[in-house]
Amino acid sequence: MKRVIETKEVAGQSPNYLLAKFQDLIDWAVNSSRANSLWPMPFGTACCAIEFMATAASRYDFARFGMERQAYSPRQADVLICAGRLPFKLAPVIRRIYDQMTQPKWVISMGACASTGGIFDNYAMVQGIDTIVPVDVYVPGCPPRPEGLLYGVLLLHKKIKGESLFDGVPRREEQPLDERGLRLPPDQIDEISEPFGNSVHQFRST
Amino acid sequence: MNPSVDALRATFGNAIGRALDSCGDTIVYVAREQLLAVMAWLRDTPEQAYDYLVDVTAVEYRDRERPLELVYNLRSLARRADLRVKVTLDPRGDLTVDSVVPLWRGADWLEREAFDMFGVTFRGHPDLRRILMWETYAEGYPLRKDFPLRGRFSRAEQVRQALAANPEAHYSMEELSIAEAYDELPADMKERLRRGERGTLPDFE
Amino acid sequence: MTKRTVELELATPGLDAQGRPVRVPLAVTDTDASPTEPHLAGEHMLINIGPQHPATHGVLRLVVELDGETVVRVIPHVGYLHSGFEKLGEYRHYNQIIPLTDRTDYLSPMANNIGFALAAEKLMGIEVTPRCTVLRVIACEMSRIISHMVWLGTTAIDLGAFTPFLWAFQQRELIYNLQETWTGARLTTSVTRVGGMMADIPDDFVPGLRAFTQQFPRTLGEIDRVLTRNSVWVGRTQGVGALTAAEAINYSLSGPMLRASGVPYDLRKDQPYLNYETYDFDVVVGEHGDVYDRYLVRLEECSQSNRILEQALNRLPDGPINVDDPRLILPPKSRAMNDMEAMIYHFKQVMEGVKAPIGEAYVGIENPKGELGNYLVSDGTAKPVRWRIRPPSFINLSALPKMAEGHLLSDLIAINASVDIVMGEVDR
Repeated sequence: MKRVIETKEVAGQSPNYLLAKFQDLIDWAVNSSRANSLWPMPFGTACCAIEFMATAASRYDFARFGMERQAYSPRQADVLICAGRLPFKLAPVIRRIYDQMTQPKWVISMGACASTGGIFDNYAMVQGIDTIVPVDVYVPGCPPRPEGLLYGVLLLHKKIKGESLFDGVPRREEQPLDERGLRLPPDQIDEISEPFGNSVHQFRST
Repeated sequence: MNPSVDALRATFGNAIGRALDSCGDTIVYVAREQLLAVMAWLRDTPEQAYDYLVDVTAVEYRDRERPLELVYNLRSLARRADLRVKVTLDPRGDLTVDSVVPLWRGADWLEREAFDMFGVTFRGHPDLRRILMWETYAEGYPLRKDFPLRGRFSRAEQVRQALAANPEAHYSMEELSIAEAYDELPADMKERLRRGERGTLPDFE
Repeated sequence: MTKRTVELELATPGLDAQGRPVRVPLAVTDTDASPTEPHLAGEHMLINIGPQHPATHGVLRLVVELDGETVVRVIPHVGYLHSGFEKLGEYRHYNQIIPLTDRTDYLSPMANNIGFALAAEKLMGIEVTPRCTVLRVIACEMSRIISHMVWLGTTAIDLGAFTPFLWAFQQRELIYNLQETWTGARLTTSVTRVGGMMADIPDDFVPGLRAFTQQFPRTLGEIDRVLTRNSVWVGRTQGVGALTAAEAINYSLSGPMLRASGVPYDLRKDQPYLNYETYDFDVVVGEHGDVYDRYLVRLEECSQSNRILEQALNRLPDGPINVDDPRLILPPKSRAMNDMEAMIYHFKQVMEGVKAPIGEAYVGIENPKGELGNYLVSDGTAKPVRWRIRPPSFINLSALPKMAEGHLLSDLIAINASVDIVMGEVDR
């Protein structure tokens, strides 16, 4: 991320300039370390989990991108990869896992079902996990190809490298559930969850 | 037509309703009071030997006049013969039938699923709880025809109820002991447990 | 208590008096679980496994009551992946349901497509073409191989061996390539239509599949060499989770679970569909019904599938893949654009769907996991009144408490793995 550097009369010798450079160096070091050793927490539920396994296996091998160690415990994980559909019965579980992860943490929503509910516009399915947890990268596809997931991971790298320790706002707020027990206002959830595409025709059974 | 139908008629008489053939499969309707006896006879008579229960499910038709049907697919592994036994129930009346778990353990989860999805109660089932939906699910029985595709509540309400559910439910010794002593409980407590108040101690404030 | 030994062929074998290589017993296992120590008994402990746990093969949740390390009771909780397939099917045309079937048992998508198409064709009274029949056999057996490969890989990880996972996924990628050239998708293939297939195979498919069948036995041999006589593998699997034949039938088990218990029942032989009776293959039957026998059955089924694939490739006839019925099969795009009649049929099929006669049909096929049943009830409209999937791994899983109680906690993982569940199908 480009930062506007405060310049004085002689930019090259300003203490602010040096400080900014130093902060950039720290950010670069911290963010590169974070981005290049992301430990994924594979929250694999359905079809996408199989493609996730294919991404982890020998042909695609996401260990190349610093994800060698899969953290099956949320407390040691950096990025939650929700691979697959998320029914309402599983909603409190992913929320609990997200809450258990330590900061800094990121979320990748892999596949159409995790991102929007996909073809399952029915009574059982959460219409997008962003009604439950905040999401950083959405990977489209049903399921996404391993290349798609890898591209999503690289986008996440880019996002992490743009973060800063020094810009004065907490980088990622905890975002606890509100007093109603929801992450978003109810009307927003209803709006997000509205049928779209072909599923708008899916009202009559005859 | 499967010859078992005639043998059933000869043995059980009026308890056997009409029999028909659909796409090569034989379907026979059985009175629900006689279901368990018919099934036991089909399983244990050597000439029938329907020893394998393929499936238990229910069908509700779009035509509201038609009854809800409970479908049992039976198979004789040795004779390689299939038979479909059906029981009709009034969808707006009493949805109770005898459980076939005493005959086939494999019916356990299948009957729980029919209970979960259609609200059919199986008398004599050892552990009749919801299986696919969570136990405090309040919207009804999803596969019934009067249940809308997207559920009865708004999406926000569905998310709220889902997030309010306890992910650690069914994870306590108290709950297990209650389940063990279930048969000795008074009727009102059984009813409360059936509604999903399972394993939680009352809150005294 | 019965004792079994597995013999190991020594790397540098000596010869006995008759000139045969000397084999040494490698492991002796008891079929009974280890006896509990009553004087050490204390309070029972409750542990929760899942729904998010790498060893539960999905989002299965097990609440386990332990006495020391011995499992007293297992209470499985399923439904964490309940997606409402059957409800959704009531709102869709028959051909629109086929993409849903991919996503039930996503380890063998093509076999699911075929199971549904067979049920819909039985309901409508359609006979598919000879070429389509053979292509469907090919698709079924490819699915069996990739499904068993996932099972092998993940089960080996559960029991401590990582390498077979990489080998198995290499083979899966080869099949994925073939699936992709045929259907355009690696995993969610939607390969069938009612009355035919979505497309004919591309030109390089047959040589590609032939190359696969030639190199696949090598991988099977490698897996066999590293696992079958491995003392850790044998010790973890033999005598664990055994079910007798009578129990397996009473629990309605199907597929490799049923056959490992010694019941020689295979729908491909006993209720043949897709002309399976004309292929030369063996039904693999186990003896003891334990985890080890289930492993042997699945491993051998892979090589039987390979045999069927070779035969199917040799007999693949030329000809159309779809039935010749314009009310059923979409016309090619060029004809739909130029020919009025074809356009009307195209419009009617897309907008109204294909109507099925009043009636009902059940078709069970031998899926990798067991008997996959599709039960369709029609009231004469283009959408089924009821689409029921008879889920093999759901029913197989219901025997888990019976198999696991009395064994050690670590055996529970092996037993659960041996059921070969896929949660998309268990919960639907």
